[in-house]
Amino acid sequence: MEVYVDVKNLSFYRADRAIYKDITLQIPKGKITAVMGPSGVGKTTLLRLIGGQIAPHSGSVTVAGLDMSRASRKELFDARRKMGMLFQSGALFSDMSVFENVALPLQEHTEFDDVMIRDIVLMKLQSVGLRGAAHLMPAELSGGMARRAALARAIALDPDLVMYDEPFAGQDPISKGVLVELIKRLNHAANITSVLVSHDVEDSLSIADHVCLLSDGRVILSGTADEIRQSKDPRVVQFLQGHADGPVGFHYPAQDYDKQLLGMN
Amino acid sequence: MKTLYSAIYRHIETVGQAGVFLFQAICRLPVRYDEALKLYFRQIYSVGVLSLIIIIVSGAFIGMVLALQGYSILTRYGSESAVGQLLSLTLLRELGPVVTGLLFAGRAGSALTAEIGLMKTTEQLSSYEMMGIDPLRRVVAPRFLAGVTCMPILAVIFSAVGIWAGMLVSVHWLGVYEGSFWSSMQQSVYFDTDVMNGVIKSLVFAVAVVWIAVYQGYICQPTSEGIGRATTRTVVLGSLAILGLDFLLTAAMFGDF
Repeated sequence: MEVYVDVKNLSFYRADRAIYKDITLQIPKGKITAVMGPSGVGKTTLLRLIGGQIAPHSGSVTVAGLDMSRASRKELFDARRKMGMLFQSGALFSDMSVFENVALPLQEHTEFDDVMIRDIVLMKLQSVGLRGAAHLMPAELSGGMARRAALARAIALDPDLVMYDEPFAGQDPISKGVLVELIKRLNHAANITSVLVSHDVEDSLSIADHVCLLSDGRVILSGTADEIRQSKDPRVVQFLQGHADGPVGFHYPAQDYDKQLLGMN
Repeated sequence: MKTLYSAIYRHIETVGQAGVFLFQAICRLPVRYDEALKLYFRQIYSVGVLSLIIIIVSGAFIGMVLALQGYSILTRYGSESAVGQLLSLTLLRELGPVVTGLLFAGRAGSALTAEIGLMKTTEQLSSYEMMGIDPLRRVVAPRFLAGVTCMPILAVIFSAVGIWAGMLVSVHWLGVYEGSFWSSMQQSVYFDTDVMNGVIKSLVFAVAVVWIAVYQGYICQPTSEGIGRATTRTVVLGSLAILGLDFLLTAAMFGDF
């Protein structure tokens, strides 16, 4: 298995809180890797670490052989040209139309003429079902449409690595189905490495070749979708079945509930 | 004492970081010059053209008030013909650059901070970074350059409108002889010392205000409260910077040392 993203002994803190405690995980090249875990476990942070937007406090993140935490600014920007990222909010540029949003990376990083760029943008928008919305401004799009337009922008340069941050959130069943198919098709047709951060257990497991389950700042299980489904680890079972009670705490650490209600310290 | 030292150290550190930020923003060359020009002119419109109304209206009222006040004082000494001189020197040397700077900080500076802050909050700046596009080059540089270009022009417009409005009040309302109004101005205003010093002042104010505005937007906490605080800081720090710099520049330009 050829590794595209290699995370080694990574620790990362926000203030005094440890988000990651010495984690090690590998993302295979040309596969779809789903990173799953409870809210607040640091899944989006992991994508930012992979993209080099933040640096780990210790350990390393290597993407296609480049150590992102030690790379120069120029190396980082060059590496990011081969990456696409779908942000949770879409993050479309609000002063540009959908067409201009998708065209921007092509205008910045290629020598293509306007006709070629127009054709590529229309093809990317067609693949996400938004060719007819090319002229609209981001403020005129629904949340789901904005996410799909952002996906078209993320894949505009045909990147080697695409990171999806909650791609299915807020999508109607039809759009979700199309996105699931699109991610699968992109991955297999263009041999793209995909990292998918999602809470949507069934849809993620249905397309993931490899799954990493995070909890409490550690990787609790890493394997294929079937291995995850068959796991007897109570933390995995609780997450997959959505139980409130279990080893993974639902409540943020707090003092005793009864004592607090009664005003006792 | 230790707290005071650490506060001073933090402020010096912030100024240093802001300096590096500005240097990085303006030293990165555009990838495509046609696109860079488009972004620059878009900002000229939003920072400069959209500020014209407030500058023209304020200039007119300040010119009229100056004419009224000047006339009421000068007429006691029989020197009402010097109203033109008073108006032009006050506007060109002081009020033009300073009031334009204060209005610019409130109108355009706060808008720049809020816009960049909102881009940060909605992950648009992160999105540029992840696309391999430097947000300093794409977002900050055109706004900074447009602001620095627009403010001296706005200050000249402010002074011209103020002089014209003051002339209307003093000549057509208060009855000052028009010939002496213009001739007193012509005799006492010098292009090098009065007009150009005013332009230089407004250029320095522009650098200070726009630098503060873009930096505050870029480093703000990505929340609605954070944007509000950053916008307030831009107006307060920008205004104080203008007043402080005005004293230093006036002392250097007109002080007899």
